Amino acid sequence: MTTPRTMFDKIWEQHVIVRREGEALLYIDRNFVHEGAFHAFFALAKEGRKVRKPRQTFATADHYVPTVGRGRGIDAITDPEIRGMVELLEHNARENGLMHLGIDDPRQGIVHVIGPELGLTQPGLTITCGDSHTSTHGAFGALAFGIGASQLKQILATQCLWQKKPRTLRVVVDGTLKPGVGGKDVILAVIAKIGTAGATGHSIEFAGSAIRALSMEGRLTVCNMAIEAGARAGMIAPDDTTFQYLDGREFAPKGAEWDQALTWWRTLPSDDGAPFDREVHLDADALEPTITWGTTPEEALPVSARVPVPTEMPVPEKRAHAESALAYMGLTPGMAITDIRIDRAFIGTCTNGRIEDLRAAAAILKGRKVVVPAWVSPGSTQIKRQAEAEGLDRIFSEAGFEWRDSGCSSCAAMNGDIVPAGMRCASTSNRNFEGRQGKGARTHLMSPAMVAAAAVTGRITDVRTLL
Amino acid sequence: MTPFTKLTAVAAPLDIANVDTDKVIPARLLRKLRSPPHGYAPYLFHDMRFDAEGRERPEFILNQPAYRNAGILVGDVNFGCGSSREGAVYAMMDHGILSVIAPSFGDIHYANEIQNGMLPVILPEDTCRNIREQLHAKPGAELSIDLETQTVTDTNGDAHAFQIDPVYKDRLLKGLDEVGLVLEHLPAIEAFEKRHHAEHGWLA
Repeated sequence: MTTPRTMFDKIWEQHVIVRREGEALLYIDRNFVHEGAFHAFFALAKEGRKVRKPRQTFATADHYVPTVGRGRGIDAITDPEIRGMVELLEHNARENGLMHLGIDDPRQGIVHVIGPELGLTQPGLTITCGDSHTSTHGAFGALAFGIGASQLKQILATQCLWQKKPRTLRVVVDGTLKPGVGGKDVILAVIAKIGTAGATGHSIEFAGSAIRALSMEGRLTVCNMAIEAGARAGMIAPDDTTFQYLDGREFAPKGAEWDQALTWWRTLPSDDGAPFDREVHLDADALEPTITWGTTPEEALPVSARVPVPTEMPVPEKRAHAESALAYMGLTPGMAITDIRIDRAFIGTCTNGRIEDLRAAAAILKGRKVVVPAWVSPGSTQIKRQAEAEGLDRIFSEAGFEWRDSGCSSCAAMNGDIVPAGMRCASTSNRNFEGRQGKGARTHLMSPAMVAAAAVTGRITDVRTLL
Repeated sequence: MTPFTKLTAVAAPLDIANVDTDKVIPARLLRKLRSPPHGYAPYLFHDMRFDAEGRERPEFILNQPAYRNAGILVGDVNFGCGSSREGAVYAMMDHGILSVIAPSFGDIHYANEIQNGMLPVILPEDTCRNIREQLHAKPGAELSIDLETQTVTDTNGDAHAFQIDPVYKDRLLKGLDEVGLVLEHLPAIEAFEKRHHAEHGWLA
């Protein structure tokens, strides 16, 4: 009998070309690029190199595209520097013969949304992108991780990457999630438990009955934020939910190859008794809708809780951080979370811009009106069209949400979709860092349904009271 | 890549945990090209260094005369967490900072420093705190880092040993080109590709 192995180990071993002291040269099956890849393309050109495997790198414009006026294509961008970013990606994709989903392509979208949507993201693959949220793709049972510009250049030039093998952490979430509680709440609770550096140097496998019960959208949300716990990657074993999602998608294998792929994919889940370096358990039944109150994703609490009182916090380092976070966020120690009033609402991003996220928010918004400015930016142009076909756009619009185009938008505000200084935004994004949504902007992370609830009441609200 | 061997430089203490790369360089500045002569130096810690009118905040450590020319930063836990943006490394290097000493780093940022010939040094939390206190007490004092012997010498002359993966050390000491290191294995890569794509035809 062979030694039981983790899914991570299986995929890692299947991609090792050679080893040297402490590192392996890994083969990268699929690589994604967005506008931010320009440093890597510059360096590549400077060295006189070309993309070695152009059919294995896919480009999409997401970080800098506007979310209004897209009918005008590139002319919708007035800022010359922002426009330059979108044009530079197009130029570099053309020069290197890459598939490019540009600003006016019907398949354009956020890189971590379109990978799965087009069937490019599949179980068993190694996937990279110059973006920390590449961990998202691990929801399919792939080994997917973010890299910087230098490592991106290396992959473009060689399709390989020297990597030190991370340790493994299994996060087991058993039980049943209550109505109104979903993937976003699970991952915020995990990060609150283990901390923003809790999984540094590790690849996480999310397991347990509550994870198995999640849809692909929910799993993508969970893996998306694995990086916010410091993890190198986040993964979920592929199963029938995964295979059903993939079947028939543009880049998914077809016919005999589909059968062959299925046979392989079914061998990937961790074997019984496979050893993990660490293990963490969470009780799904105990989870509530969860939101962040501070300026790191670990500063998260159930909606029924109160904002912490720093002087009562046991760990001195956490106390200091909490004090500065509360000052930045403009919150009073000990106040009820549900007494926090908001100024803005934002739904979208690689974390929560998928069709199920839009449906969950629309279910709350139907027949209600927002009391603050509110935006929704679907994660891809295809999701936008699907939502329109389902009539969700009308629900959002009638509730007072702006029905915008697809892109990273207000998550990092690089396209100019900023939250003004001092304003408090209920957001489905993944980072509540100081200044993340705009200089001086205050971000509370939560699920799409919770953002919808906050938008109609003007304060952070337990969505379960509106179901 | 310029090799990293030894560095003796003014060190600035940064008493903040979880310094994310959005803090090191805000996202809205990533659309700037890294043009000479200053590159990304003006953007380093931009919103901590400058107020809304673009004036220096005098209380920020790198704005204080003694620390303006710091070549080393001494930080706290989880330095460089968050976004993968290599602009964070460019901003530090273009400003003249060639090493960060901290108890722990975000994984992607750690790799980005190594890739560019910067040295991330991991020392225990207490040691980092102690060195930061020394640097506050003696503004403008220098630290010495020797990669060959893997030691940091603090302002009292005490040496602190640090660990670094041997392959990273070798790469930094020699200033090796990563792409070159990969392409040495081109025959093995091609053989792997042929086999891998024969097994999984739809991925080719």
